[in-house]
Amino acid sequence: MLRFILMRLGKAAIILVAILTLNFFLIHAAPGDPAAVMAGEAGAADAKFIAQLREQFGLDKPLLTQLAIYLKGVLQLDLGYSYRQQMPVADLIFSRLPATLLLTMTAFVISLLLGTVAGVLASARVGKWSDTAISTLALLFYATPLYWAALMAVLLFSVYFNWLPGFGYETVGANYTGLRRVLDIGQHLILPATTLGLFFMAVYMRMTRASMLEVSQLDFVKTARAKGLKPSIIQRRHIFRNAMLPVVTLAGLQAGQLVGGAVLTETVFAWPGIGRLMFEALAQRDYNLLLGVFFVSSAMVLLFNLITDILYRFVDPRIRVA
Amino acid sequence: MTDPVLSIRNLKVALPEGADRDFAVNDVSFDLYPGEILCIVGESGSGKSMSANAAMGLLPDLVRPVGGEIIFEGTDVLKLSEAQMMKLRGKKVAMIFQEPMSALNPLMRVEDQIAEVFEAHNLLTPRDRAKRAIELMTEVGIPDPEKAARAYPFQLSGGQRQRVMIAMALALEPSILIADEPTTALDVTTQAQILELIRNLQEERGMAVMFITHDFGVVAEIADRVAVMQYGKIVEAGTADDVLDNPQHEYTRKLIAAIPKLAAEAGAAAAGKTPILEVEGLNKTYVTGGSLLFSKPRIVHAVNNVNLTLAEGETLGIVGESGSGKSSVGRCLVRLMQPDSGTVRLAGHDMAQLSGAALREARKSIQMIFQDPYASLNPRSKVGRIIAEGPMAHGVSKTEAYGRAVKLLEMVDLDALAIDRYPHEFSGGQRQRIGIARALALEPRVIIADEAVSALDVSIQAQVLDLLADLKERLNLALIFITHDLRVAAQICDRIAVMQNGKVVETGPAHAIFNNPQSGYARTLIEAIPGREKELAAAG
Amino acid sequence: MADFWNRFSRNRGAVIGLALLVIVILVAVLAPLLFPQSPWRMVQRPFLAPFSMDQYPLGTDALGRDVISGLAYGAQVSLLVGLVSTVAALLIGIPIGALAGYFGGWMDDALMRFTEFFQTVPSFALAIVLVAIFEPSIQSIIAAIAIVSWPPVARLVRGEVLSLRSREYVEAAILSGQTSLTIILRQVLPNTISPIIVLASLMVATAILLESSLSFLGLGDPNMMSWGYMIGAARTVIRQAWWLSFFPGVAILLTVLALNLIGEGLNDALNPRLARRGK
Repeated sequence: MLRFILMRLGKAAIILVAILTLNFFLIHAAPGDPAAVMAGEAGAADAKFIAQLREQFGLDKPLLTQLAIYLKGVLQLDLGYSYRQQMPVADLIFSRLPATLLLTMTAFVISLLLGTVAGVLASARVGKWSDTAISTLALLFYATPLYWAALMAVLLFSVYFNWLPGFGYETVGANYTGLRRVLDIGQHLILPATTLGLFFMAVYMRMTRASMLEVSQLDFVKTARAKGLKPSIIQRRHIFRNAMLPVVTLAGLQAGQLVGGAVLTETVFAWPGIGRLMFEALAQRDYNLLLGVFFVSSAMVLLFNLITDILYRFVDPRIRVA
Repeated sequence: MTDPVLSIRNLKVALPEGADRDFAVNDVSFDLYPGEILCIVGESGSGKSMSANAAMGLLPDLVRPVGGEIIFEGTDVLKLSEAQMMKLRGKKVAMIFQEPMSALNPLMRVEDQIAEVFEAHNLLTPRDRAKRAIELMTEVGIPDPEKAARAYPFQLSGGQRQRVMIAMALALEPSILIADEPTTALDVTTQAQILELIRNLQEERGMAVMFITHDFGVVAEIADRVAVMQYGKIVEAGTADDVLDNPQHEYTRKLIAAIPKLAAEAGAAAAGKTPILEVEGLNKTYVTGGSLLFSKPRIVHAVNNVNLTLAEGETLGIVGESGSGKSSVGRCLVRLMQPDSGTVRLAGHDMAQLSGAALREARKSIQMIFQDPYASLNPRSKVGRIIAEGPMAHGVSKTEAYGRAVKLLEMVDLDALAIDRYPHEFSGGQRQRIGIARALALEPRVIIADEAVSALDVSIQAQVLDLLADLKERLNLALIFITHDLRVAAQICDRIAVMQNGKVVETGPAHAIFNNPQSGYARTLIEAIPGREKELAAAG
Repeated sequence: MADFWNRFSRNRGAVIGLALLVIVILVAVLAPLLFPQSPWRMVQRPFLAPFSMDQYPLGTDALGRDVISGLAYGAQVSLLVGLVSTVAALLIGIPIGALAGYFGGWMDDALMRFTEFFQTVPSFALAIVLVAIFEPSIQSIIAAIAIVSWPPVARLVRGEVLSLRSREYVEAAILSGQTSLTIILRQVLPNTISPIIVLASLMVATAILLESSLSFLGLGDPNMMSWGYMIGAARTVIRQAWWLSFFPGVAILLTVLALNLIGEGLNDALNPRLARRGK
């Protein structure tokens, strides 16, 4: 197990270096002076700052030397300085990271949980009205733009009904502490997490339903029936566990989309995470910050992948033992 | 005679609309008596497993019984509710299946799957269940049962998995065991062991066994009574001896006649003929699993220093069980697989060394016929193109290649109009003929037939074997016939090479190998052929 | 063909989807005739509520622009981006998948590591970065969407090719002396068409969603009216003018839904697994 995790971490490290290299070349491929690109919108930064950037990243040296300087910087957790926000990029990102982790993890759990439950229900009632209802709903969620769902949720649940807050991470100025604060954040979390999870819920539901139906046709299910087992046990012990394998794989693959989707959700809900930071960087053309966020969100995806891989090994003995 | 334990009366099972016939089982009646093994025999699509599945209440979706009754212990099983059926299944009537791999849950430990049978019927404590599971595994002859109990199905061999299935079926000492082609997916030596196990357990416990099979060899080995099915009806039933020795119905006679006979003829030895293909020191190893850094790879020596010669006009059989390396040898010869070392001399070239255009040219003289009549023809190409493609790739004009294709189709007894049709319009046997025509299109001197009749029903198999023998004669071909089926080898081969674990353990004239095998393994293999003893007794 | 249509039309959803898509296509094609004026032009007072003036049935936006005209022109952008970026993604993904699956070995390893990299990177974030750095334009948007959406194509084609490659008819083609290129083009790829078509129809839907999301963030082509842009521009005024975000969202939803439904119908009609050889 440890060996497996080490191996996966090694692989993740290689991917991260590849992403950094991509980042580096993107800055150089962008139209205009790399120093200006890194500083932000042309003309916004003063000449002194640009000169400092040239110095720091050795922009007059050969390209590969620059790459080495860049990679070395990142290893020391130096992602550069945001001229716009007057703060080191790494500090900015790390101060915003917890909010995003909270949001994406919650959305992930909600979507996986509700998605599989709905999928199992639908598969058990295949062809009946409840299956049709669940499947139709999934089809709609699957086609709904994430940000639009978020906007409509705000419109409905916070503007019209005034049930839930549709803005921010906690009530501004209330200065809650302890449990009150947790509850307050939880309240603020409901709409963003649900709307972010909606699409993925649909994905998992469809996958679970299809997978349950497919597994129920397999030979070992017939064996289980031939033993005289109750349908509920067959469903749970034989069909469900096997049906979850492709769902877990898919969940790992979808993690990247979830992190990407957070940009939209955080923008709509003014959720103070790295997604919102990315939007701010876009608006201010702060490319260095943009690339920093891109790098960190990729790292988050790798983390999600690692978790699902471990989960998968836990479920499937063929991979664990072999 | 005692009362039957199971009585099937006028059973009718309907197929869903759009199937090739209305009833899978049409007005079938038979009795199963305690302490007997009843074999239901038939070719694919005869409906032979349907009555058994109906008795378990395990028919596939959309297939349902529409008439008749199945009487077990005085009640009609077809009228029972699902809850009542559940009490019956596993406890009174148990079942084992063809594919022991897919019939076991891949994610559950073997002992848990056996223990589940007790759980399903609310018997014993969890602790006792685990203990009984190990006892049962010991009883069905699984080595090191304590360790095997903790294993997952993928860690066991095919034969062991089938033993687990049997242990499961026997757990509650049912009065009926239904075995649906339980040895079809197994190697011949494993098959012999499993058949013996079933026979022994049946005798010890006085169970009734309903044994479904397509293989008359297996019938001869195990059956007390036989029912032969065709198109959903029983065409003949009786004691095993009566049906096998003195078949009454024309269909039964045809089936039995189609079984390749074991008596290989002496003579026709290839002595003095010039060799056309010489294989020396052929080696091939696979490395499976293992990654760059961490895990250890497993090395399999699939072909281990193999030497073979094939004379002009000769048929050489390569026989062996799965994993013996027989297919790898065939694939190395045509270079679908790259051998690690060794020479393959064919008409002056060393096939093992050629590459590119020279290899393509040399391959014209060595062609292959494949196993699966469905996977061996491109579903999106018309038959004419499938056959003409080869010559065209070698520069023959389109008109000439298609003209040749027509002649070849006639040669394999197919209508010339076939060139404009797609493969899916043909039956399995016809497709195999198309595959043969394709192999002949390049006018090869050697043909390798890799399990070429294994996927076919026995009556079709006989026709294709006849065709091959005829073509070989007319075109003076040399044939390498790779098969796991020793009966087929006995019928068609002049000489035979027996393979085990990548090595050739014995080579010799076919009759010598069958009548007087020298190596221990060849002897085991030949003694395991189902129905052999009966056939020898009848002949001798 | 008739057979194909029969199986397709047996799926009621697919027929509804097709009808929806035809409507969207008609609107996109006829937009210049239906609304000869530029959708960027101010035609009425700002924030005109929907259904209050017959001439502007869906009202106007914060700058007094006609919403319904914007929707019609937005359909052009969505369909164009969806179609072209999918074609581009197929052009990247199919060769990579075919080469990896057919030749295996180090070629497979190298190409699949490359594909895996693109699959791990959060695709939407990468698309944002690409469009932002290369300046938003219809070209950069299409390129960015193609770059982030080809990996599934490559994986699908590789998987199919891998299984077809060991199919006996391909081995027979090798033995008959055909070259690798002929075999890939004539024996292998034609048999992967069905799943590719199904995947492509779903990719068009995903591409439309991606384009709208980029435009929503302000990364749309500044010269083209698109649905995502309309919603993005209306985001801050959602409390005053719900219709400005509502209608474009419905347009996206219906178009994407239509394509997904069609994809399912195609799957039913083309999926060889349903035509499994019977026993």
